[in-house]
Amino acid sequence: MVPIAYYLILAAILFCIGIAAFLIKRNVITIFMSIELMLNAVNLTFVAFAHMWHQVSGQIFVFFVMVVAAAEAAVGLAIIIALFRARQTLNVDNVNLMKN
Amino acid sequence: MQFNTTLLWLIPILPFAGFLLNGTLGRKLPRAAVTAIALLFTLAPAVIVAQLWMFMKSAGAPLSLSIASRPWIAVTGFQVNFAFAVDHLTLVMLGVVTGVGFLIHIYSAGYMAHEEGYWRFFAYLNLFMFFMLVLVLSSSFLLLFVGWEGVGLASYLLIGFYFTKDSAANAGKKAFIVNRIGDFGFLLAMFLIVAHFGSLNFADVFTKVSATPMTGGFLTAICLLLVLGATGKSAQIPLYIWLPDAMEGPTPVSALIHAATMVTAGIYMVARCHTLFDRSPYALGVVAIIGAATALMAATIGMVQHDIKRVLAYSTVSQLGYMFMACGVGAYSAGIFHLMTHAFFKALLFLAAGSVIHALSGEQDMRLMGGLRKRIPITFWTMTMGVFAIAGLPPLAAFFSKDEILYQTYLWDNPLAKLLWAVGMFTAFLTSFYMFRLWFKTFFGAPRFEEHGSSHAPDLHAAHGAAVHASKSSTLVLEAEPKPEYAGHVHGVHESPLVMTIPLILLAILSIVGGWVGVPLAFGGHNEFEHFLDPVFNPTTHIVEHVASRNAEPILAAASVLTALLGLYFAWLFYYKKPGTAAALSERIKPVYSLFSHKYWVDEIYGRFIVVPLFIISRYVLGGLVDTGIVQGSAAVATGTTRGAGSIVRRMQSGNIRSYAGWLAFGAAAVIAIVLFTH
Repeated sequence: MVPIAYYLILAAILFCIGIAAFLIKRNVITIFMSIELMLNAVNLTFVAFAHMWHQVSGQIFVFFVMVVAAAEAAVGLAIIIALFRARQTLNVDNVNLMKN
Repeated sequence: MQFNTTLLWLIPILPFAGFLLNGTLGRKLPRAAVTAIALLFTLAPAVIVAQLWMFMKSAGAPLSLSIASRPWIAVTGFQVNFAFAVDHLTLVMLGVVTGVGFLIHIYSAGYMAHEEGYWRFFAYLNLFMFFMLVLVLSSSFLLLFVGWEGVGLASYLLIGFYFTKDSAANAGKKAFIVNRIGDFGFLLAMFLIVAHFGSLNFADVFTKVSATPMTGGFLTAICLLLVLGATGKSAQIPLYIWLPDAMEGPTPVSALIHAATMVTAGIYMVARCHTLFDRSPYALGVVAIIGAATALMAATIGMVQHDIKRVLAYSTVSQLGYMFMACGVGAYSAGIFHLMTHAFFKALLFLAAGSVIHALSGEQDMRLMGGLRKRIPITFWTMTMGVFAIAGLPPLAAFFSKDEILYQTYLWDNPLAKLLWAVGMFTAFLTSFYMFRLWFKTFFGAPRFEEHGSSHAPDLHAAHGAAVHASKSSTLVLEAEPKPEYAGHVHGVHESPLVMTIPLILLAILSIVGGWVGVPLAFGGHNEFEHFLDPVFNPTTHIVEHVASRNAEPILAAASVLTALLGLYFAWLFYYKKPGTAAALSERIKPVYSLFSHKYWVDEIYGRFIVVPLFIISRYVLGGLVDTGIVQGSAAVATGTTRGAGSIVRRMQSGNIRSYAGWLAFGAAAVIAIVLFTH
């Protein structure tokens, strides 16, 4: 049996990678992917704890998260396509019409 | 005879409608329409008042009528209604205001015919009528105060009618500000009345006073504060200084507001509150002394003035002093009687003076008049009636009214009575002297004016306020060139048109017969006027004519006729027989003369000791320290702090979404760290 701490450390590492990517990367698709990474890090902790406590509710939560993430991906990708059509760029620093 | 009391509402509302019509549409309307509106909306109330008069005179009429609307102010234990009441005192005032007011409106149509802002003038005049009628009709202190303030406003607007002229604008301000001091007293008096009687209705207050045997105390305080209010409105010492300056307004305004009606509001108010004053002998004494002192002081100043309107202005102050004195000795009906006759003859004198000024194309200085008797005969004869009337020659109006005042003063139950009577007699002599001085200087002797009117064109402009009008874009334009109508109007000395002389003639007739309603018993009359007012001033309050004093009355009357003739003689000697005498005499008594001609330096004293300190306090303490220092300073500190804090904090709001995400991550990490390491 793998100790819970291993899962949590893995999840923390994934989450930090997600944050770091979110903060550093400029390509909007990469940012999108980093958000997914953070969500999945959280999913991992849910599943790990559900397994540890023999509770099914943690796993159900993961499904909810995945559904919401799928919906978010659908909307987000649609926005990205619309953005690319309008601006011919995926660099978020260049998408600053609302600034000032 | 029946009278529909709802018509009472119409009496003030009709002039107000005239004001609204002329005030809003007047600029676009032709002059004839403006005139028609103004005259119609003042004639109609006069007709209603005439009807009301007949009703009140008819047998079986109630002693007073009243009419109230829904509550105006209603809080627990205190209520004021919009309510009017008519008793015999109100009736006299209504008659004077609507009657004389209407005649002056007619006159104005001629006098102001060549002026810019014709519509504005009549709008203001109607507004004045509205407030004056509210003042005399009101049945509570509060509504009276509304009228009181309103006439002050109308007076301000009309004094400053030629508002591009600095002196006129300043005179308007002076009148308004000096009246504020009086109003302050009136307001405090009302607060005291509310505090002690819980009501502002005349009927409630007077009933409560009558029901209890109280005297003096807070009643004296209330009365003295009311007197302060009255001294402001009725131009008595110490607040009389605004009235002579108010002559900057057009002459019909001086006649209507500053002679016949508004300035008598203070006397009306004292007479209206006689129930209060009767309970405070001290306050009454103050009223009498103020009245006598004002009468004498104003008469002495009036003797040495050169401006024809200023002589009349000081004369008005002096006559108002007589009325005050009458009220002070408890002879309210005598005071109101003089108020009525004064309204007739002083309106006449002002209008006649206006006609003289009109004839000379704006000249007001008596040193530049003379010999006008033959040139403007109607004006001369009507003014003669006015002069004889005010001088107190029988059987003209003021002979009866002034004599009644002097007689009642003589009988006053007070050690000061004889002194005040003597002051009154001496003032009567001075009155006669300065009025005949005006008469001789204006109408007799050699002409001292320029015969050809063309040279007067600039004078006309100066005196008539440089013809200002509001142009279509509402910016004020000072006419640089005289308009052709002005040039056409200026043509030598001429009698005024009929529209001006007819009111003069009517007022002259009133000045002659106006006193006959109050012929005292001693001269075979019945003193009808006094008995007419008996329901208001119940007879116990005025001095009962006892038999012994009835013999004194003819002697006193003879004495006052003699003083009047003496005044006539001196005026004749100084200004007709030997024209140089007056100048020589004034040289010989230089200190006294300059005391009079500088108006006792009262304006200067007030300026030095009140206006200048007030100005310094306003400018440097209130303006500099409080306003700039504290108010603006604290505002600057508040904005500075906000701005400084903002300039630091606003760097966080960079608009860069990744920096927000970074802050968010940092914050989350910080929260986790705190949770982990503090437990």
